Amino acid sequence: MTELGNDRLVWIYTQMLRIREFEERVKRTFEDHPGVIRGHTHLADGAEASIVGSVATLNPGDQILATYRCHGYPLALGTDANAMMAEIYGRTGGLCGGYGGSMHLVDPERGFLGTSGIVGQGIPHATGAAYAAQIRKRGQVVLSFFGDGSTKQGAFSESLNIASLWKLPIVYVMENNSYNVVTRSEQEDANAAAGEPLAIKATAFAMPGVTVDGADPIAVYDVVGAAVERARAGDGPTLVESKVYRLSAHGNLIAPPGVPLHYPEHEAISVFGNREEYEAALRGDPVPRFRARLIEDGVLSAEQADGIGSEVRNEMQAAVDFGLNSPLPAAERALDHVYA
Amino acid sequence: MSHEIPYIAAINEAIQLEMERDEDVLYFGQNIATTEDDPFLKAFGSDRVRVTPISETAEIGMAVGAALAGLRPVVELYMAEFMLVAMNQVVNEAPRFRYMSGGRVKVPLVLKAGYGFTAGWAGQHTGSIYSMFTGVPGLKVVLPSTAADAKGLMATAIRDDNPVCYFHHYLLTLEHGDVPDGEYLVPFGQAAVRREGGDVTIVATGFMVGKALAAAEALASEGISAEVIDPRTLVPLDLDTILTSVEKTGRLVLVDQATRYGSASAAIAADVAEHGFSSLKAPIKQVTALDATIPYSEPMEAFLLPDEAKISAAVHQVLGGSPVATA
Repeated sequence: MTELGNDRLVWIYTQMLRIREFEERVKRTFEDHPGVIRGHTHLADGAEASIVGSVATLNPGDQILATYRCHGYPLALGTDANAMMAEIYGRTGGLCGGYGGSMHLVDPERGFLGTSGIVGQGIPHATGAAYAAQIRKRGQVVLSFFGDGSTKQGAFSESLNIASLWKLPIVYVMENNSYNVVTRSEQEDANAAAGEPLAIKATAFAMPGVTVDGADPIAVYDVVGAAVERARAGDGPTLVESKVYRLSAHGNLIAPPGVPLHYPEHEAISVFGNREEYEAALRGDPVPRFRARLIEDGVLSAEQADGIGSEVRNEMQAAVDFGLNSPLPAAERALDHVYA
Repeated sequence: MSHEIPYIAAINEAIQLEMERDEDVLYFGQNIATTEDDPFLKAFGSDRVRVTPISETAEIGMAVGAALAGLRPVVELYMAEFMLVAMNQVVNEAPRFRYMSGGRVKVPLVLKAGYGFTAGWAGQHTGSIYSMFTGVPGLKVVLPSTAADAKGLMATAIRDDNPVCYFHHYLLTLEHGDVPDGEYLVPFGQAAVRREGGDVTIVATGFMVGKALAAAEALASEGISAEVIDPRTLVPLDLDTILTSVEKTGRLVLVDQATRYGSASAAIAADVAEHGFSSLKAPIKQVTALDATIPYSEPMEAFLLPDEAKISAAVHQVLGGSPVATA
């Protein structure tokens, strides 16, 4: 194990659990409170280890930009779960006042500069933030999170080229969950089709490319940590391919009003009929896996782990209650914030 | 003979029929045909039906290239905003080739994209962005509002020798309608009069057609007779049908889900002011979305959008105290 102390390891586990519990509550809201969540949500369950292992490497002042699958990062950065849930419920108490919803969480005070709802478009934003960090010389590093699908966007190639050319202080964390919506990577990615790791794309941009088990927060911490150090030292960007398995479908059902917006089964089952793949992923679930490891290593007792679990459940129940009790915004507020 | 199917199925039926009719028609895009039992893949094979990566610039650019090479691609873009990723290909490549070649080449392709998903999809997936394309000579712009038109306009789009932006409305996806069997073409540039009336002309597109018809129904109970026109295609635009109606009614209300200066209604209002001024008994009234990005939260979203009440209020305004039976 790495140099992480017990407190830090427990912190990582706690954040992973918070993300999992938050996402479970989002998912359950569709059943327990139909109509409260509108539009489209995308969950981070399965990616907790990758998210928290990455965020754990940051210093205060570092920054993150991500995608519409964005609930995990702010939770790990310390954003109030109440405000996040209220945002996803479209309420005045929401992190963004109900303007953005699930796909567009922003918390600049904690370094979460925002997301794009359009695949790949956040990668240049993160690269621009890294450019700002470079010229301000405060030692800041930017983490850019995106999925495997977005690496087929021009925005990905264009950004990585510039970042490498200018030696920008950024780490590109590709969460490779093997699917873009309902399409498997090997159906849409030349490297995947050739049996290559997607981290190989880094070689085209003269930067290191590393593949890591994204279900292991310590492995992620080590790999992203080394890349963050390299970036902070002025040696330029790294592409980290973090292999994760999203445990829910791409998102809740896409349907016009009137149709319940539940979560369908994962695409491995619903599209490809591959229940075995999905069940194997469940067996490798990073949250219980890390819990078992901490208990085995004597970092936590089972009772302590259960205690954390019950605190987290209470926190997220409170977030649901806060969201439900927060009023909807006044309609005419829709015209606020169009211009600064 | 006809059959009743949802709007989305009507679009697929047209693509299917055109692919049967013409082997040069291709269908590709994101998240289609990922398994062997996909109906398009089964019927037409993987030469003509392909899933693509999330690469809009390549998808649309390749459609331009394949069209130059003699094929007729239909690109599945899902959401209209995804076209913005490849704006250069849509605006500055596809519609320019024919003109710049002095007519030596043609670029027959269809960009199929859903729009207007104002059901909590927030800021980046809800736009009504068709007017970004109506000012580009060389592009055609189609907005079906019924299942039958969805089929007939798609078939015409595929047979058209120009790039066509085919915008289907997300909130109409599951709306059922009677669709003619077999080959069915709706010509471009022919508006549909959805309801006849003599007091006021209401022009609406896409999802707003249903709102306008509902308003017209409610107005009828007050003794106001509204004519509702659906242009169906914005480019080419059937201005004659609108002008003829305004000549009869003397009053025009335009309903558009887009923001005012990004709407189709602004251009139609200008055309009617220029060519139909002498028919007008009152100023033209536009009911558009208010000028903001679509917010996530429901009350704010609804506040921005045209609805039945706003349409009725606009009709009352253009009728402004004119003698209407209120028995």
